[in-house]
Amino acid sequence: MSDLPKRDDLPADFLRGLMSPRISRRRALQLGGLSALSMTLAACGVKGSGGGGAAQPSSAVQSSAQSFWESQKKTGNLDFANWPLYIDASDTNKNDHPSIDTFTQQTGIKVKYSEVIQENASFFGKIQPQLAAGQSIGYDIIVITNGIYLDKLMELGYLTPLDQAMMKNFYANAGSVVKNPSYDKGNQFTMAWQSGITGIGYDPKRVGKEITSWQDLQDPELKGKVGMFGDTQDLPNSALLAVGVKPEESTEADWQKAADWLKKQRNAGLVRKYYEQDYITPLSKGDIWASMAWSGDIYQANASGASLKFVVPDEGAVIFTDNMCIPKKSAHPLDAMTYMDFVYQPKIAAVLAESIQYITPVPGAQAVMKQDAAAATGEDKAALEDLATSPLIFPTAQDAARLHRYRVLTPTEETKWNSIFEPIYQS
Amino acid sequence: MSRPRVAARLAPYLLALPAWLWLVIFFVVPTFVMLSMSTQTGDIVSGFQQTFRWRNYVDGWDRYHVQFIRSALYGLIATTACLLIAYPVAYWIAFRGGRHKASLLFLLLLPFFVSFVIRTQSWNFMLADNGIILSPLKHWGIVGESFEILATPAAVIGGLTYNFLPFMVLPIYVALERVDPALLDASADLYATKRAAFMRVVFPLSLPGVFAGVLLTFVPATADYVNAAILGGTNTTMIGNIIQTEFFTNLNYPMASTLSFILMAGLLIGVFAYARALGTEDVFGAVAGR
Repeated sequence: MSDLPKRDDLPADFLRGLMSPRISRRRALQLGGLSALSMTLAACGVKGSGGGGAAQPSSAVQSSAQSFWESQKKTGNLDFANWPLYIDASDTNKNDHPSIDTFTQQTGIKVKYSEVIQENASFFGKIQPQLAAGQSIGYDIIVITNGIYLDKLMELGYLTPLDQAMMKNFYANAGSVVKNPSYDKGNQFTMAWQSGITGIGYDPKRVGKEITSWQDLQDPELKGKVGMFGDTQDLPNSALLAVGVKPEESTEADWQKAADWLKKQRNAGLVRKYYEQDYITPLSKGDIWASMAWSGDIYQANASGASLKFVVPDEGAVIFTDNMCIPKKSAHPLDAMTYMDFVYQPKIAAVLAESIQYITPVPGAQAVMKQDAAAATGEDKAALEDLATSPLIFPTAQDAARLHRYRVLTPTEETKWNSIFEPIYQS
Repeated sequence: MSRPRVAARLAPYLLALPAWLWLVIFFVVPTFVMLSMSTQTGDIVSGFQQTFRWRNYVDGWDRYHVQFIRSALYGLIATTACLLIAYPVAYWIAFRGGRHKASLLFLLLLPFFVSFVIRTQSWNFMLADNGIILSPLKHWGIVGESFEILATPAAVIGGLTYNFLPFMVLPIYVALERVDPALLDASADLYATKRAAFMRVVFPLSLPGVFAGVLLTFVPATADYVNAAILGGTNTTMIGNIIQTEFFTNLNYPMASTLSFILMAGLLIGVFAYARALGTEDVFGAVAGR
C-alpha cells in the first residue's frame, strides 16, 4: 500500500507540521524553562473512535505471553517511536532527553528515540503492511492513542502482550484513569504514556463571560468566532455530551441528535472553521474566541504569553490516552518492558510531566513536582508551582468525574458513524 | 546494412528511453494501480479486494458533488482573476520592459523561492481578524467590527489567485514577447487605432499563451487543497481536501482513488472542450512552449 501514488503537491504530514505553531512552543520552552509539546501530538484524536478490547480471551494471551517472556533476554538496545515534542528535553540540546539518560545510566540500555508519529491514521497506514507480513517495524515501543487504530492493532494481533510481572512500578503508581482502562482491560497490551482532555478553550477577555457548558458554543453572540474540530472522534463524542448523552452508551438515534446539534451550530454561522490541529494560533490571535481544545495546548499557549482558559464543560468531556505498546516482532521486547515500567516511577513521571504538560499517568508525580518547585528559585519556581497545581495536569476529582471515553464502534457502526459526522465538517 | 546506420536509427529511441521509463514507472503504473484501487472494496484492516464495484463512482459523486462543483467554480473564478491581473503585467513587461525584462521576470518568480505553504500561511497572519491589515481598517471604521476575510470563500479564491498567478503571466509573456513590434507599426500605417491594433493583431497572436496560462492555472487551482485547508472555513472544502482526508485520515484508498479519477476525468473533458471551443490547432504546442 505504501507504493500507492500520492498527490504530488505536499505530504499531509508536512503540511500539518507547518501549520502547527512549533516556534511559539520552542519559545515557551525558553521562556519558562519548560519543554513543550507539538500540537501534532493532539492529532491523537483524528479518526474513528472506540476503545474495544482484544479479541483473544485474556487467559490464553497470558499463558502464551508467559512462555514468550521467559525466553527473552536483555539486549541493551531500545528503539522508541513517539510523537514530536512529547518528551523532556535538555535546555541546551533538544535532542538530549534527561529522562532517557537516567534510564541508560540505571539499566545500561541505549535508547534510539525517534519522533516519527504525526498522526494515528497515517502511522497505522505506514506500519500495517509490515505487521501484516510478519516483519519487524524497527521499533520496540510505539505510542498510539486509544481509539480505532489501537483497537485494530490489538484485534489483529499486531501487539505483544505485556509481561505483567515486569509492571511493578505501574501497579504501584499508575492512576485509576489509566489502570485497567476500558479499551485495554487488564492492561494486556498497553501502558499509558500521557492523557489529555478535549474540552473548551476560550479567551475570557473577548468572550466577556465565563464559559461553562457546551451550549455556550451555540451562543449567537459568538457568531463566526467558534472553532470546532474536524474529525470523527473528538467532534462527535463531544457533541454527544453536549446533547446529554454519554458517548460510551450512545445509540444511532443519539448520533443523529448530536449531528443535528452540530448542524444547527454550523448553519447558524457560529463555526468559523473545523480545525485539524491548527486552532491554537487563531484562538490566541482572536480570529476565534472559543474553541474545542486539548488541555495541554492551552497550558502551553499560556506559558508562551496567551491568557486563555480551559474548561471541562458541565456536561462532561472526553479524555484520550496515548499508550505505549510493543509491536509484534520487536527486536528488544525485554528492554522495552523495562523502559515502560521505568517511567512509572513518580520521579521520572514528574520530569516528563513538567515538560509535556499533559495529564500524567502517575498522580504521585504531583508530590515530586511540589518538592521541585519548593527547591527552585525565581521564574522557574513560579512556573513549577503553577504546573504542580495545574488542574490540566492533575485533574480535580470534580473534573475527573465528568470525563468520558470515546464510543467503541464495530466496523459496521463506524461506517454509519462516519457517514453521519463527516459531512458536518467536510462541508 | 552497416552498424553505424543501425545505431543512428536507434539513437533517438535510446535517448528517449529514460523519459519513457520515467513516465511508465511513475505515471502509467500508478495510474493503473489507482484505477484498479478505485473499484475495490474493503478496509485497511481486512485488506482491499478487487470486486469491480463501479458503483464507487456513483457513490463518490453522490457524496461529494458539492465539493466537485465548488472546486470547479473556485478554479474558474481564480483563473479568470489571474487572467485579468496577468495579461496587463505580461504585456507591460513584454513591450515596456526594455532592458529590465530579465529583472522584472525574476521579481515575478521571486516568491517562488519561498515554500508554497509558507506563503499561504503568511496570508493567515496578514488577514487575521485583528491583523496588520484589518486592524487599521476597523479602527478607521472603513469596515465593520465583525468584518472578516479568513475562512471565507473570498480568502480561498484569493489564495488560489495569488499562488497560481505566475503560471498565467509567464506563458502570456512568452507569447507576447514573440510578437514583432514591427506589426504594430504596420497596423498604424494601415490606419488602425491603437485599440484596433491590439484587438486584431496583438491579442490574437497572444492567444496560445493565454490558452496555456489558463490550463496551467485552472488545472492545479481546481485540484488544490492547501489554500482551502489553510485559508478556508466552513463550506469552503474543495475536492482536494476530501481526497486528502480519504487517503491519509480515513485510509479509504478506493474512495480516494475514485474521487481522483472523477476529478481527472472532469478536468480532461473540460480541457478538451475548451481546446475545441478555442479552435486553435497548435494550442498544445503552446503548452509545450513551442
